[in-house]
Amino acid sequence: MRLSGRNLRCLRGGREVFAGLDFDATAGTAVAVIGPNGAGKTSLLRLIAGLLAPAEGSITLEGGDGEMTVAEQAHYLGHRDAMKPALTVTENLTFWADFLGGRPADPATCIAAVGLSHAAALPAGFLSAGQRRRLSIARLLAVRRPIWLLDEPTAALDLASQRVFAGLMTDHLASGGLVIAATHGPLGIPARELRIGGEA
Amino acid sequence: MSALGALIRRDIRIAVRVGGGALIGVLFFLTVVVLMPFALGPDLALLARLGPAILWLGALLASLLTLDRLFTADHDDGSLDLILMSRTPLELACAAKALAHWLAAGVPLIVATPVLGLLLNLDGSATLAVALTLLAGTPALTFTGMIGAALAVTLQRGGLLLAVLVLPLSIPVLIFGVAASNAAIAGQLSFSTPFSILCALSLASLVIGPFAAAASLRHGLD
Repeated sequence: MRLSGRNLRCLRGGREVFAGLDFDATAGTAVAVIGPNGAGKTSLLRLIAGLLAPAEGSITLEGGDGEMTVAEQAHYLGHRDAMKPALTVTENLTFWADFLGGRPADPATCIAAVGLSHAAALPAGFLSAGQRRRLSIARLLAVRRPIWLLDEPTAALDLASQRVFAGLMTDHLASGGLVIAATHGPLGIPARELRIGGEA
Repeated sequence: MSALGALIRRDIRIAVRVGGGALIGVLFFLTVVVLMPFALGPDLALLARLGPAILWLGALLASLLTLDRLFTADHDDGSLDLILMSRTPLELACAAKALAHWLAAGVPLIVATPVLGLLLNLDGSATLAVALTLLAGTPALTFTGMIGAALAVTLQRGGLLLAVLVLPLSIPVLIFGVAASNAAIAGQLSFSTPFSILCALSLASLVIGPFAAAASLRHGLD
C-alpha cells in the first residue's frame, strides 16, 4: 500500500498555508511531519483525512480498498479527543467501535492496552489530559484502519505512555499499516521526516 | 445499521445524563406553560381558548432551546470529524442524530402535555388532541431545526442565528398544529385537513432535513 500526495496546495481562510507539497508513505513505514507552528502540519493531515479540500494537487492511495475513500480507511487522531465527558470510558470506546464498524476488537482489551482498565467505569470528563489522549489511542486499536493520521500524538503523554504508544505504532506498522504523524518531539519509532515551512 | 443504532443510543444516553438536553427542554416547557396563567389572569374560558397555542409555542421554543447543541457539541470535541470520515453516509448520520434528539427531547414534551393541559383548563379530549398534533408536528420542528443547527456549526455562538434561521421554517408547523388542535376542540372545522398537512410537513422535513444538514456540514468543513 502506498499513499502519496502530489503538488498539494492548501488555503485556509484565503491565505496560502503551503504549496507544491509532495509526500509519499508506504505500508510498514512512518512519516513524521515536522515544521514550525502554523506551517500547516495539521492542515496536511486534515487534507489527507478529507476534512479539507486541497486547492490544487491530489492525494492517491494505491493498494488500498478501491471501493473506499482514503478517509474511510484512515484513523484521525486530532487535538480534540472526540470523547463525551458524560459517558464512561468504556461507553465512549464502545460507541466508536460500533460506529466505525468493521470487526471491532473487544473494548476492554483496547482499554487495557493503553493502561486505563482502572478507570474503565469512570466518566471521561474526570480523566486527565494524558488519560484522555490514551483513550483516543485506544480508539485506533478498537477498529482496524490501515492509515493512522496522528496530530501531536505524544502531547500530554508521560514517558511510560509514550513508550507504550511507540510499541503500538510498531505493531501497527508490522501488520502492514502506515503512520503519518505531525510532531514536535520524538515519535519513539524510526520515521522518515517530511519538513514543512523551513526550520522548526 | 449498527453504526446508526450506536449513534442514536449514544445521543440519547448523553441527553438523559446530568446536564443533558432532555430535562432542560421539559423544564423550560413547564416554566413557560406554568407562567402563562399568572400572566393572563384567572379567566378560565380565555385560558382554554389560548391553551393549544400556548402549548404549541412552549413546545416550539423548548425544542429550539436544545437544538443548537445538536452538531456544535460534536464539532467542539472533534466527534464531527470522525463522523464525517466514517463509512456511514453523512445524511443517515444526520437523520439518526435528529431522531435521537426527537426521542430524547421531543417525546418528553408530548408526555408532559396532559399534565400541563390541566393548568390551562383544557379537558381530556382537548389535551389529547394537542398531544396528538404535537406527536405529528414536533418531528418537523426537529428535522427543519437540524438544518439551522448544521449551518450554525462553523459560526461561533451560533445559537441566536439558529433561532433566526429556524423560526420562519417552523411557522407553517405552528399554524397547522394550532389549527388542528382548535378544530378538534371547537368541532366546527375539519380536524383531518390541518392534521394531514401537519403530517405532510413532518414527512417532507424528514426527507429534506438530513440532506440539507449534511450538505451544509460538508460545505462548512474547516
